[in-house]
Amino acid sequence: MDYSQFLYMSEELSLLAVIVIIFLADLFLCGKDEKGIACTTEGGECPACGCNFRTVFPVVLMLIHTVLNLLPCCGECCMGTAAFGGMYVHTPMMTIVKSVLNIGVIVVFLMASQWLNRPENRIKMGEFHSVVLFTLLGMYFMISSGHFIMFFIGLELASIPMTALVAYDKKQYESAEAGAKFILLALFSSALLLYGISLIYGVTGTLYLDEIGARLDVNLLSVLGLVLFISGMGFKISLVPFHLWTADTYQGAPTVVTGYLSVISKGSAAFVLMTVLMKVFGSAAFEGLWSVGFFWIIIVSITIANLFAIRQKNLKRFMAFSAISQAGYLILGIMGGTAQGMTSLVFYLFVYMAANLGAFAVLNVVEQNSGKIGMDDYDGLYQTNPKLAFLMTLCLFSLAGIPPFAGFFSKFFVFMAAFNAGYHLLVFIALVNTVISLYYYLLIVKAMYIKQSETPIPTFKSDCGTRAALTICIIGVVLLGIASVVYNYIDCFSYGLI
Amino acid sequence: MENILFLSTFVFIPLLMLLGLWLARNINQVRGVMVVGSSALLLLAVYLTISFLGARAAGATEEMLYTGSISWFTPLNIKYAVGVDGISVAMLLLSAIIVFTGTFASWKLKPLTKEYFLWFTLLSMGVFGFFISVDMFAMFMFYEIALIPMYLLIGVWGSGKKEYSAMKLTLMLMGGSAFLMCGIFGIFYGAGGNTMNIIEIANHTGGAHAIDFTQQCIWFPLTFIGFGVLGALFPFHTWSPDGHASAPTAVSMLHAGVLMKLGGYGCFRIAMYLMPEAANELGWIFLILTAISVVYGAFSACVQTDLKYINAYSSVSHCGLVLFAILMINQTACTGAVLQMLSHGLMTALFFALIGMIYGRTHTRDIRELNGLMKIMPFLSVCYVIAGLANLGLPGLSGFIAEMTIFVGSFQNADTFHRVLTIAAVTSIVITAVYILRLVGKILYGTCTNEHHLKLTDATWDERFAVICLIVAVAGLGLAPLWVSDMISTGVGPIVDHIKDVAAVSTSNPFL
Repeated sequence: MDYSQFLYMSEELSLLAVIVIIFLADLFLCGKDEKGIACTTEGGECPACGCNFRTVFPVVLMLIHTVLNLLPCCGECCMGTAAFGGMYVHTPMMTIVKSVLNIGVIVVFLMASQWLNRPENRIKMGEFHSVVLFTLLGMYFMISSGHFIMFFIGLELASIPMTALVAYDKKQYESAEAGAKFILLALFSSALLLYGISLIYGVTGTLYLDEIGARLDVNLLSVLGLVLFISGMGFKISLVPFHLWTADTYQGAPTVVTGYLSVISKGSAAFVLMTVLMKVFGSAAFEGLWSVGFFWIIIVSITIANLFAIRQKNLKRFMAFSAISQAGYLILGIMGGTAQGMTSLVFYLFVYMAANLGAFAVLNVVEQNSGKIGMDDYDGLYQTNPKLAFLMTLCLFSLAGIPPFAGFFSKFFVFMAAFNAGYHLLVFIALVNTVISLYYYLLIVKAMYIKQSETPIPTFKSDCGTRAALTICIIGVVLLGIASVVYNYIDCFSYGLI
Repeated sequence: MENILFLSTFVFIPLLMLLGLWLARNINQVRGVMVVGSSALLLLAVYLTISFLGARAAGATEEMLYTGSISWFTPLNIKYAVGVDGISVAMLLLSAIIVFTGTFASWKLKPLTKEYFLWFTLLSMGVFGFFISVDMFAMFMFYEIALIPMYLLIGVWGSGKKEYSAMKLTLMLMGGSAFLMCGIFGIFYGAGGNTMNIIEIANHTGGAHAIDFTQQCIWFPLTFIGFGVLGALFPFHTWSPDGHASAPTAVSMLHAGVLMKLGGYGCFRIAMYLMPEAANELGWIFLILTAISVVYGAFSACVQTDLKYINAYSSVSHCGLVLFAILMINQTACTGAVLQMLSHGLMTALFFALIGMIYGRTHTRDIRELNGLMKIMPFLSVCYVIAGLANLGLPGLSGFIAEMTIFVGSFQNADTFHRVLTIAAVTSIVITAVYILRLVGKILYGTCTNEHHLKLTDATWDERFAVICLIVAVAGLGLAPLWVSDMISTGVGPIVDHIKDVAAVSTSNPFL
C-alpha cells in the first residue's frame, strides 16, 4: 500500500491533529483548587471579559488549521484527487465547503466561551471542543466520501457525538430529553439511509459512488433506494416531512449547540446531498425523479415551517422553524443539478452561516446574562442593549433577504439558479414565502424596537468571545454580498451534471 | 469610470452621512450632518441637471448620458451599471428637494433622533441608487433598500395604529417585490441571460424585441403589479392610506413624494420598455385598474375625516394618474406622467409637511375638530391653501401643467375605449376640487370654536424654510414648465418609440 495517499487527505489529518492536541492539552491545562478538584478555578483569566486560555486555545488552533487548508486552494495547483482506490475523493469545492464549516466552528467556539466558563460546565470544557471537532471530522469524511460505507461512517461520526452535545446540560431536563429524541431519530434516519444504500447495492453490486452512477438504471428497487436515501438525508437537513424532531431538539439543546446544529450540521448535509445525488443519481431519468420529489419537499418545507414559525413564542423554537424554511431555500440550489446551483448553494450556506450564527450569538449572550429566551422577553431590548438589538436586526434582515445585507444576494442567486433550471413556479412560490418569513422576522424587530416592557432585559456587557463572534458574523453579513469576490471565487470551482 | 464615480456620488453621500450619523455624539451634530449631506445632495442634483441640459444642448443624442458599468457578479453577468436620461434627472432632482426639506420638517423630532435619521438616510440612499441604476439587479437591490426602513420609521416614530400600518405596508410592498423579482428573472432569462442592463436588453440585436411574446405575457403582469403595488395600483393600494396616516411627517413626505414614484418609474422603464408587445397586448387591463384608482381614490378622499387619510387617498388618485398616463403609450401622455410624478411629489410633500405641522400644534387631524385656523396660524394656513390649489390643478401651479398634459395626451388615442377611460379619469379633477375646497373651507375659515387652539403659535423658522422651498418648487414648475418638460420628453421619446414599435392593436381587449 502506498502510504503517501494519506497526504491527499491533509485536511482530515490536520483536523485530527487539532483534535488530539486539544484532547491532550486539556489534561494539563486544567487547574486544581485547594481541595484538589480539577477545573473548578481558572488561572490567567482576562479580567475585562472572562475569557481564558482554555477557550482561546481551540480557536487559535482552528484558525491555523483553516488558513493552512485554504492557502493551497488559492493558486491553480489545487486539483481534484482521489485516494485509496476512490474511497476518498477531493475537489477544490470541498475545500471551500470545509473552510466554511471551519469558520462556523470558530464562531461557535467563540460564542460558547462564556457558557463554557460557567462553574458547572468548566469541568467538561475540553470535551465540548473535542466532541464538536469530532462531528466536524465526520462531516469532512462525509463530504469527501467516494464510497457509500465511507459516507455512512462520516454520517455516523457526525451524528452520534452530536447527541452528547445536545444533552450537554445533562442536569437539565429539556437538554437530556432533547438528546434522547435526537439520538433515536438520528439512528432511525440512519437506518433508513442504510436500507436505501443496501437496496442500491443489491441493484448494482458496488458501493463506489462513481460506479453506481454508471450502472444504475430506473427500476423499482433503485427508486426505492433513492426515496430512502432522500428520506434519510431529509432527517439530517430537517426538511418537512422529516422535521418533527427539530423544534424539540433545538429548544432543549444548549443555545450554542443549537446554533451549531442549525448551520453546520445542516449545511454539510445539504452539500453532501447535492454531490451524492449528482454522482449517483445523475442520469437524466433519475434527475427528473428527484427533481419532482424536491419540488414538493421544498414547497412543503418552506410553507409549513413559515406558518409554524409565526406562532412560536420561544425564540429557540422559532429559530428551529426558521432554520427549516431556510433549509428549503438552500435545497433550491439542488434543483436541476447545475453548476450555478452548486455555487449558489455553497454561497447561501456561507451567508446563512454568518447570519444565523450571529442571531444565535445574540440569543445565547442574552440567555447567559438574563436567562430569558421568550419572544416577549425581548420587548424593549433596544432601550437597554441598543448594540445587541441592532446587530440582531442586521442578522434578521439578512435571514429575511433584505439588501444591502448578504442574505439578499444569496436568496437572489439561489432563486436565479432554480429559475434558470426551469422551475419558475417553484421560484414564485418560494418568493411569496419570503414575505411570510419577513413577517415573523419583523416580529422580533418589532419586539426589540417598538414594544415597551416593564421588565426589560437589563443592560449588560457581553464577553469578548461573543463580541468576537458577532464581529465575524456581522462582517460576513455586511460584506459577503456586496463584495462579489466571494461568489465569483466559489463559482470557479463549482460543477454541474453536464 | 468617471461617469460611474460621478453618478455614484448620489449613493456615496448618503453613505458618508450614515457614517457621520453613526459617529455623531449629540443632536446638534446629527442635525449638522443631515443639513450638510442633504444640501450636498441638492447641489449635486442641481449640478447634474444643469450639466445634463448642457450636454443635450450641445447635441448629445444618446438615450442615456453619463453611462458606465463595471462588472460585479461576473458568472451571472450582473454588472453595476449607471446612467441617466431626462426622466431620471427629474426624479433625482425631486428626491433631492424632498430629502432636503424633509430634514427640516423633522428638525425637532424626538425621541431617538439619531436612529431616525439613520433609517431616513438609508431610505434616501435606496431612492437615489434606484434612479441612477440601469442594471436591473442593482435597481432591484436599491428598491428594496428603500422599502425596509419604512417599517422602523413608521413603527417606532409613527402615530395611531402604527404597528399595524407598518407591518401592512412592509408586507404588501415586499409581496410586490416578490412578484417583481420573478418578473426580473423572466426578463433576464427570456432575453438570453446575457445582461441585466436595461438599455442593452431593449436594444437587443438592432431593435428586435428580445423576449418571446408568450413569455412577455407572463412576466409583464408580474413586473407591472410588482411595481404597481408601490405606485398605488388598485386593488393593491390599501397599504397607502394606513401607512401614510401613521408615518411621521418627513417619512410621509418622502414616501408619498418620492417612493411612490419608484412604482411609476419602474413600470415605465422596466415593465413596459422591456416587454413592449405585452404592454400593448395587456395594457388595457391595467388601464382599467388605474382608471379605477384615479376615480375611486378621489371619491374615497371625499368621505375621510382625517387630514392625512384625505391626502393619502388623494395620492392614490394622483399616482393612479401617473400609471394611467404611461399606459396610454404616447409621447405627450408619458411626458405628462413624469411631470405628474414631479408635481405630485412636490405638492404632496408640501401637504404632508403642513399637516404634520398643524398636527404638531393641535394634536388632532380630525377635520371635525379643526376650524378657523387661518386667524391662529396664518402662515401655515396660506401655504395650505396654496398646496390645495396645486392639488386641484390651478393654472400657474404644478398640478395644472401635469394633468393638462396627461389628459391632452390621453385623448390623442382615437379609439372609444381610451377616450371613455380618459373622460372617466378627468372627472377626478372635479372630485378633487370638491374635497379640497370643502377641506379648506372647513378647517381654515370660519371661527375657531376650540379655545385650546387659540393659544397656538405659527410656524417656526425651520418649518417656514421647508415649506417655502417646496412652494417655490411647486410654483416654479407651474410657471416655467418648458425646460423641465423638454428635458423629460428627450427621455420619454426613445422609450415610447420603442414601445409603439410593435403591432399596436391588442387582440385580447374586448372593448376595442
